[in-house]
Amino acid sequence: MTSTGSIIYLEDVTVSYDGFKALSRLNFYMDRRELRVVIGPNGAGKTTLLDVISGRAKPEHGRVIFGDHTDLIPLAENDVVGLGIGRKFQTPSVFVNLSVWDNVELSLKRASKGVFAALLERDAAGERERIAATLSTVGLGGKASLPAGVLSHGEKQWLEIGMVMAQDPELLLVDEPVAGMTDEETARTGELLESIAVDRSVLVIEHDMEFVRQIARKVTVLHQGTVLCEGPVEQVQSDPRVLEVYLGRRRETADAHG
Amino acid sequence: MPRREAAAIAVATLLLVVVLPVCNALPASSPLHLSDFRLNLFGKFLAYAILALGLDLLWGYAGVLSLGHGVFFGLGAYAMGMHLMLEIGSKSVYQSALPDFMVWNQVKELPLFWKPFYSGAFTLAAVVLVPGLFALAFGFLAFRSRIRGVYFSIITQALALSAWLVFNRNEMRLGGTNGLADFKTIFGFPLNQPSTQRGLYVVTAVTLVVAYLACRRITGSRAGKVLVAIRDSETRVLFSGYSPARYKLFVFVVSAVLAGIAGALYAPQVGIVTPAKIGVLPSIEMVVWVAAGGRGTLVGAVGGAFGVNWMQSWLTTSYPDVWLLFLGGLFMGVVLFFPDGVAGAIARAATRVSSLLRRSRELSGTGHPRPEPASRSPLP
Repeated sequence: MTSTGSIIYLEDVTVSYDGFKALSRLNFYMDRRELRVVIGPNGAGKTTLLDVISGRAKPEHGRVIFGDHTDLIPLAENDVVGLGIGRKFQTPSVFVNLSVWDNVELSLKRASKGVFAALLERDAAGERERIAATLSTVGLGGKASLPAGVLSHGEKQWLEIGMVMAQDPELLLVDEPVAGMTDEETARTGELLESIAVDRSVLVIEHDMEFVRQIARKVTVLHQGTVLCEGPVEQVQSDPRVLEVYLGRRRETADAHG
Repeated sequence: MPRREAAAIAVATLLLVVVLPVCNALPASSPLHLSDFRLNLFGKFLAYAILALGLDLLWGYAGVLSLGHGVFFGLGAYAMGMHLMLEIGSKSVYQSALPDFMVWNQVKELPLFWKPFYSGAFTLAAVVLVPGLFALAFGFLAFRSRIRGVYFSIITQALALSAWLVFNRNEMRLGGTNGLADFKTIFGFPLNQPSTQRGLYVVTAVTLVVAYLACRRITGSRAGKVLVAIRDSETRVLFSGYSPARYKLFVFVVSAVLAGIAGALYAPQVGIVTPAKIGVLPSIEMVVWVAAGGRGTLVGAVGGAFGVNWMQSWLTTSYPDVWLLFLGGLFMGVVLFFPDGVAGAIARAATRVSSLLRRSRELSGTGHPRPEPASRSPLP
């Protein structure tokens, strides 16, 4: 049964690259308006999970359902975006030769993003206000006319988050948003994500446990392509299986019991 | 379009479309007289500039480097050339209704694919449609398979090489290495008349202006921003909901059509079409025009095509040995010192001068030092 009320639902999903199983019979689902953090050691399949949802990787097995019954597997990346799934990459990916304003303008949700619509359409009503509002949310209101290439690393990350917000997605996929940020920038990013999660679903991949504690309500731990455990952050942190995969405590525990 | 730009375009149009042909029509004794030879030369350069516009749209904006645009130029030139060959009729050397090269090659009957080219209307349609449809098919396959960057460039270079080999074959019934030549008339007008050549020049100049405005329309639209965005980060474009493959296909087809039109305007003005205009070398030369003029600015592409070819015609007559060295040196110089070409270098110099001026004004203490200009506020 496709659970009603879930925003994204993965069932029995397997993705392999040349025989290596990046995801192995993974089951995962998220509720609407949930802020979920996915953690796990390197190679656990975190980024592959985002790739599967956003149409970049095609599973060889399993189902990926968005909302009530939209099958995502046959869709191209840009069509997945059109459905309302936005993705923020780990390294900032913005259009460095366009102005900050134009970066957001291109990202806005539109009826058609085809070539001829883009050639002929005039700016839609309320478009300027929406771009301005998005820029002020991410704190870049004063830098609208600068080329995005001159922004600092943290500002580029926020711009990209703003671009994804401008798509007005129902589900945001965010890959390690605070990597390389200062403590202050990290705290602001956390507040930003929490404010976004008020009326959207947000799936964040993160390494920084400090940051995870700041934003997370529910955490999913991936290990070797499957879900190891899931629950509130304190519970997950004290779970012996999690300690084992993260810190390699297997022997110590064995010694203690032995 | 900003007023200053519109004014500049109007002045350039007036000069190219009206002033130069009028100077040519003046009697030879007049000091302002422009020789038939010069005007014809300019006509050729302007045809090249039309091609450069399309190439710049593709490379300078979308970041897709084609090393095979000689092929599309050649397709347009051959389409026009075939019509011109058929217009000769039996006034040819062998006084046969067949083009001369077919007589040498013992071809007894006009090949079927030549027959529609009796029609002028069909020819004009073919000038646009043959390169356009070919680019559509080629681009569709390449971009759908997500072939990009240097791999795309290599494939287009292979395309240029294979097209060159194919057009050189006598079995193609396109004149082999000698190509198509000895044209007599175009749509009934004798090509050896200065007035006909002047008319061709004017048509070329008008076409260039129209092509420029069309390209300007594209770069000024949201689609133009998407093209620049593709150059910056194709992945982000994809994840902003656009299909980069469709945008690249669109601009590839537009540039191929412009190249075809350029070829069709080139053929009657130069009077000969050979495979030498199709291969790898001419295709790379076209890229050098755009690089030297300044990719990413349409004016730069036009100026580059005009400037490099003018230099070529001057150097090859005065110092025939140094031309290729010069071309190579030019390309290396542009890559090393002016990555955004002459247009980019001028723009950078202008900003530097204006900031120096501003600073000196502030230092001279007349009035208060101006505060940093506030960033453009997007809302009133």
